[in-house]
Amino acid sequence: MATETHEAVGEGLADATGVAAHGADAAPGMPQLDFSTFSNQIFWLMVTLVVIYFVLSRIALPRIAAVLAERQGAITNDLTAAEDLKRQAVEAEETYNKALADARAEAQKIVAEAKEEIQAELDVQIAKADAEIAAKSAESEKAIAEIRATAMENVEVVAKDTAGEIVRALGGKADASTVDAAVNNRIKG
Amino acid sequence: MATEAQGEEGGLVFHPMDQFIVKPLFGDGNVGMFTITNVTLWMAIAVLAIVGLMVLATSRRGVIPSRGQSIAELAYGFVYKMVEDVAGKDGVKFFPYIMTLFMFIVTANFLGLVPMAFTTTSHFAVTGVLALLVFFTVTIVGFVKHGTTFLGLFWVASAPLALRPVLAIIEVISYFVRPVSHSIRLGGNLMAGHAVVKVFAGFAAIAVVSPLSVVAITAMYGLELLVAFIQAYVFTILTCVYLKDALHPSH
Repeated sequence: MATETHEAVGEGLADATGVAAHGADAAPGMPQLDFSTFSNQIFWLMVTLVVIYFVLSRIALPRIAAVLAERQGAITNDLTAAEDLKRQAVEAEETYNKALADARAEAQKIVAEAKEEIQAELDVQIAKADAEIAAKSAESEKAIAEIRATAMENVEVVAKDTAGEIVRALGGKADASTVDAAVNNRIKG
Repeated sequence: MATEAQGEEGGLVFHPMDQFIVKPLFGDGNVGMFTITNVTLWMAIAVLAIVGLMVLATSRRGVIPSRGQSIAELAYGFVYKMVEDVAGKDGVKFFPYIMTLFMFIVTANFLGLVPMAFTTTSHFAVTGVLALLVFFTVTIVGFVKHGTTFLGLFWVASAPLALRPVLAIIEVISYFVRPVSHSIRLGGNLMAGHAVVKVFAGFAAIAVVSPLSVVAITAMYGLELLVAFIQAYVFTILTCVYLKDALHPSH
């Protein structure tokens, strides 16, 4: 109603001034203050706002909220998984280090054992060798002693024989037992 | 205004305000309430742009967002955080409403910068309705949630007793001026920016001045891009501030 009267006034004014114009459109001044278009703008604005509101609140906003929540969940899950994997890696490293230390200790033990074994073997062999050497030297000593004894005996025999012969050669009569006694006496002395 | 400039400059023709004229798209008739006008066209384009950004671009629901989805999520996060930070946790249920206002204003502002476009948010009819919607929403929410204690908003309990009636009058006036400043700020900024660009464009008709004019238009256009976003942001954050007053009236 108000719109119509306003436009009527506008048209009347345009007619009066002789300006070729339609309605209030060509009226100088701010189109913002042309109240005849207000109802039109307000109506379409309300339609627009209602449409946007329903599109946003029914479709767009729940969807975006869901996507953001899903992403947050995925990030949290990934972080947890990463934490888990990190823990596992640390554990694996610990196990590895422990295995390494164990292996090293084992190796050292084996080396020590081997050394001990070798030492024992060596000791046994040395003892055996010593014993053999001792036996050999004892045998040799015995042989030497025998040789010496035989030598002494021979010396005695030779000495008695020689003494007997010397006595005979000097024209004496050699009594075997006397010569023997004399020689024995000499040798002892 | 247009005619004055025309008279002074002789050959120059300035029509800085013609871009704001509401006219029917079909025929030459009067602008009635349901007439399909350029307002209808550009609001429809705004709706399509918003649907394109917020619905079509997010239709893949990608955990790794596409470019369009990133922008939609950015807009969502931006407004959501604003509502939560300014209006508080209980303001979040007004989030779709505030998001609607923000998306409409920011889209209409940017669409208005398309050459030959009609800027719907440069009209006080539009910004006034938006501001009044906020004003009534806030007032109704305030009274529904707090009853008459909502009037405590105007009674500054921390001030000396003698000053309180004076302050109450000032507070009441400032409360009712809110929708006016709220709407004129948005509409005025856009109207002024577009009009200035048009005036510079008018000067481009003089060959000597035209390079300067082009540079000035470019600079103004950059500024207007900034203004388009900032005014939408300001409108939205003020809505949140008013909403906070309604939800938590104590100073």
